Amino acid sequence: MSRKILIDPVTRIEGHSKITLYLNDAGNVENARFHVTQFRGFEKFCEGRPFYEMPSLMARICGICPVSHLVASAKACDALMAVRIPPVAAKLRKVMNLAQIVQSHALSFFYLSAPDLLLGMDAPVASRNIVGLLEKHADAAKDGIFLRSFGQRIIASLGGERIHPSWVVAGGVNAPLSSETRDAILAEIPQALRVIQRSLGWFKKIIGSHREEIRTFANFRTLFLGLVNEKGGWEDYDGTFRFMDATGKIIADHIPIDSYGDYIAESVEPWTYLKFPYYKPIGYPEGMYRVGPLARLNLIDSFGTPLADEEWTEFRELSRTPVLSSFYYHYARLIEILYGIEKIEQLLSEPDILSRHIRAFAGPNNREGIGASEAPRGTLIHHYRIDEHGLITWANLVIATGHNNLAMNRGVLQVAKHFVSGEKISEGMLNRVEAVIRAYDPCLSCSTHAAGTMPLRIELRDSAGNLLDTKIRD
Amino acid sequence: MKKPKIATVWIDGCSGCHMSLLDMDERILDLLSKADLVYSPLVDMKEFPEGVDVTLIEGAVSSDEDEEKVRFVRKRSRILVALGDCAVTANVLAMRNAFGPQNIMRRAYIENVTRNPLMPNEDLPTLLPQSVPVHGIVKVDLFLPGCPPSADLIYESLESLIAGKIPELETRVQFG
Repeated sequence: MSRKILIDPVTRIEGHSKITLYLNDAGNVENARFHVTQFRGFEKFCEGRPFYEMPSLMARICGICPVSHLVASAKACDALMAVRIPPVAAKLRKVMNLAQIVQSHALSFFYLSAPDLLLGMDAPVASRNIVGLLEKHADAAKDGIFLRSFGQRIIASLGGERIHPSWVVAGGVNAPLSSETRDAILAEIPQALRVIQRSLGWFKKIIGSHREEIRTFANFRTLFLGLVNEKGGWEDYDGTFRFMDATGKIIADHIPIDSYGDYIAESVEPWTYLKFPYYKPIGYPEGMYRVGPLARLNLIDSFGTPLADEEWTEFRELSRTPVLSSFYYHYARLIEILYGIEKIEQLLSEPDILSRHIRAFAGPNNREGIGASEAPRGTLIHHYRIDEHGLITWANLVIATGHNNLAMNRGVLQVAKHFVSGEKISEGMLNRVEAVIRAYDPCLSCSTHAAGTMPLRIELRDSAGNLLDTKIRD
Repeated sequence: MKKPKIATVWIDGCSGCHMSLLDMDERILDLLSKADLVYSPLVDMKEFPEGVDVTLIEGAVSSDEDEEKVRFVRKRSRILVALGDCAVTANVLAMRNAFGPQNIMRRAYIENVTRNPLMPNEDLPTLLPQSVPVHGIVKVDLFLPGCPPSADLIYESLESLIAGKIPELETRVQFG
């Protein structure tokens, strides 16, 4: 008889979701669905509010990467005002965005995924978490706490608060950088570099023990999307879109962010609140693409900082084509932390960084504005329309995790087919199904703008869908 | 003495309050040496256990699933704490109350799509007509407002609660 396995909720990810696996009569996985179960409606309920409230309001989409939303939203507001913001304001926004990439990657890697990587996919569920990690691998856990704290403290020292700072505003930022703050951040850079290099060191050593996961964790051909700068280098704030195919061929380059609608379209499925963006010229679902750290490392021509470029060169040697296994998101994330720390140091060392000219003032001059940035999890787009008084009449948000939705679903199916069979279902098998989701580090809090022991509810259903038995395992 | 059991629950919020909880940095080790974290998005337990001493709940109640969860968690928790502005007032989630669930869903799933416009409704929670604070559904024992509440406030409150005392907050809390 056919059966349905429900993993609910998916844990150690940033959001509300569940997974359903559909087994055929032979007990093999036939289909899999990753359901996102939260919806909030920011695109609608912002209507009627003044445009300059958007950065603060939209930051509330996500408490993990509020800075990404602040930045993308403020850039859309800059476009509504038709201003070019002072260069130092752009640099300071970049510093904060990089600090957030560092802290968010540290959360994903150390707090959420390192328990799987260091304690093992089959480790006892009660201790397979950050607390268990502290007991067995205290140094790694403490390094993770330090890196997250390092990023969060930079955000707080610039913006006054670690979460939802109100410092990034339409037209720039609302307070200049003080020399004390700059010096305090710079003083911590050497330690931060040591910690991330040490982490890269152990990660590269253990990677060999995860061959089976590497081979099966969403390891398939997709397109990749990310921002690049004018030289094709890594970019999170300015820049244009680049699409690359699975063979490494650049299929669209230097696409201005205002043209996103010509390249990205969105579909809906009835069983999830998360929409499915796809590459419009190819169509649905073949136009599946991935964003985020793995995509960025695949499609850039270089980072532009010495240590990160060295690591990137080694990373690219994994494959002659783009690196396809989503397991390598973890690796890419560590290299981006390294880059973030180096780049923050570079930006803070620029001679004009303490300038007090940090904000442009203007009323609403354009009726439509689009802003984009690279969030920790990938490309983020905010698009607003306003009336003649500057009140929002419409908004569209395309969020990093959404871009990955097709590939996450496909990844769940691939892992489930490989590890789960109906004969004997172990907790470790099901943890791997969740772990592939963790590799993408989905921020479901973001993407639904628009929106121990592991007891599992396993439902046995006959082919007519009648419930035969429910088993709770713990 | 048996360690007190604490739990954290995230319903309709942005997870910023949970991030603020982590922003106590290494002090979290100190707390977790005095209490057991038995349920949380940060750990792998899938079922909310019985006999929890202190539960922090982040977010407003916006769907039938949120409502069910809040009632369930209330039954199994001795002290229930509304953590952050969304749990305390429904905050930004309540901005949707002026429009209603059909209108906010129409924008996302009918207007702002290129293919297959439809209202998702299979195997998914249904949105309640209004997004409401936690005390709109069940009794709440302590309110910790803030968007998010600071890590210090969460730390000190948890320290008191673990020691069996309700913290004195009168002059310390603020919204936003």
